[in-house]
Amino acid sequence: MQLNKSMIALVVLGLLAPLALYPVFLMKVLCFALFACAFNLLLGFVGLLSFGHAVFLGTGGYITGYLMSTTGLTPEISILAGTLCAAALGAVYGKLAVKREGIYFAMVTLALAQLMFFVYLQAPFTGGEDGLQGVPRGELFGFIDLSDNMNMYYFVFAIFLFGFWLVNRTIHSPFGQILKAIRENEPRAISLGYNVNDYKWAAFVISAALAGMAGSTKTLVFQLASLNDVHWHMSGEVVLMTLLGGMGTIFGPIVGAASVVGIQNYLSGGELGNYIHIIMGLIFVVCVLAFRNGIVGEFHKLLKKNF
Amino acid sequence: MATFLGINLFGLFGQLLVGLINGSFYALLSLGLAIIFGLLKIINFAQGAMYMLGAFAAWLALQYLGINYWAALIVVPLAVGAIGILMERYLLRPIANEDHLYSLLLTFGVALILQGLFTHMFGSSGMPYNIPEELKGGSRLPFMYLPNYRAWIIIASLVVCVSTWYMIEKTKLGAYLRAGTENPQLMQAFGINVPLIVTLTFGFGVGLAGFAGVMAAPVYSVSPEMGSNMLIVVFAIVVIGGMGSIGGAILTGLGMGVVEGLTKYFYPEASTTIIFLVMVIVLLTKPAGLFGKEA
Repeated sequence: MQLNKSMIALVVLGLLAPLALYPVFLMKVLCFALFACAFNLLLGFVGLLSFGHAVFLGTGGYITGYLMSTTGLTPEISILAGTLCAAALGAVYGKLAVKREGIYFAMVTLALAQLMFFVYLQAPFTGGEDGLQGVPRGELFGFIDLSDNMNMYYFVFAIFLFGFWLVNRTIHSPFGQILKAIRENEPRAISLGYNVNDYKWAAFVISAALAGMAGSTKTLVFQLASLNDVHWHMSGEVVLMTLLGGMGTIFGPIVGAASVVGIQNYLSGGELGNYIHIIMGLIFVVCVLAFRNGIVGEFHKLLKKNF
Repeated sequence: MATFLGINLFGLFGQLLVGLINGSFYALLSLGLAIIFGLLKIINFAQGAMYMLGAFAAWLALQYLGINYWAALIVVPLAVGAIGILMERYLLRPIANEDHLYSLLLTFGVALILQGLFTHMFGSSGMPYNIPEELKGGSRLPFMYLPNYRAWIIIASLVVCVSTWYMIEKTKLGAYLRAGTENPQLMQAFGINVPLIVTLTFGFGVGLAGFAGVMAAPVYSVSPEMGSNMLIVVFAIVVIGGMGSIGGAILTGLGMGVVEGLTKYFYPEASTTIIFLVMVIVLLTKPAGLFGKEA
């Protein structure tokens, strides 16, 4: 019931937001919010810290960018293709990564992501250091012109809502309950007869697919796919968004993504632009030392205490 | 040109040498990571930043304080180790009882801050650091030219790695360290100051990275990004070797450097990815790592 009210508020907010804020900024927030929601499914609900999630964002972006630039495919097909490629890569990487736990899982995912970084750096279709520039947005279903920012915004918003719904559906399904059981007590889940690695793998693939969908959409919005999206910095950013917003909460990643993108936009305009990485690092340290529940987590605590 | 079975020996030995040098740095860094992991059960994401810090400290010391290479080789690791001690004492210890995930994220934050700070102050282009006068020149071997400084890197890091291994495996101090790795509560009950050992261990592990940084300053250009690129490769090496043994960390580091060097010669396109590919193969065949114990 509570969740339904919040969902309605989110939809209304999303529909009205472009009246008040610059649509390109909002689309950036939505893409990163989807990316963070996908990431949070793993970190917050299975307890797996993937430190290479940017590789799925970047893969989705490159595939969509390549298809839009070279073929006559419509945007929705290109996004679907990008999502599927990210899911396929996630299926392979997930199989490898779930063989190790905890800190090793973080290192394996980071190293696997770096592997693809070098592949994309050398592969002929990615444009190397320059990336894919001037990717056309195309026409949705062949007749809705996406070069119009408002059309694009509502398309991105629809994709975001679909991804957000899917994450929630996963978390609240029996499958999601098992994921949470694995997070809380893995030996117990094993003793109950669950093949824990298969569940982790399935969650990894879903998360990778949604991260790819976010990357595909982001490429259309900015008409650009570049190495930045595959870089470990990007993997760090999504960790920060989730941590700042509140990991393991439903709305945390959205709040976190909006905060981080907001801070970056604010800083890059002013004199503090050079300090952006230092400030991101400081937020990391402060969050870990004093603010582990994140914005949404602390808000929930406050509500519980006072009402 | 000397060739054997169609292989250009000059090129091959040249790349082998580069591989051994990279391997020396991999060994020093993964050794530091393994020592820290043993007691604290965390991976220090700031290890690469500390390596970068060591190189910059050597450069700054020479530029502004007139401290030469040899003095820097002693002073800088101590200074970097001291920074590590402060970091453990004031940032990591307060959250030592939380999920280890948080410590990991904290060290990542510290790495971002350090890298950002140095990028802001010095830009992202590299700074040159001259090879010390005493180690200039080189000697001509049958199949290659061996610059003295490169030989020095390999010998010095081997000496440091082997002494560290000896200290941990064969001395009383090392016995404390190993006991702390096995069962810190019991050791505390015997009246040994475990938190102090943890702090010093972290300082030592980080100091090794600082040492590697000074050694690296004359061969790689000193730049803010030198650490992060290196660290991700070292992570793959740690996964390949497993963190079960100190000797394993050293051997895997050197070995992977050689593998990378050979790849550079035989199939240069794969030289940046080969170590990650080896990691994939190890994960498929021996998930605990070559020297790791099955958890």
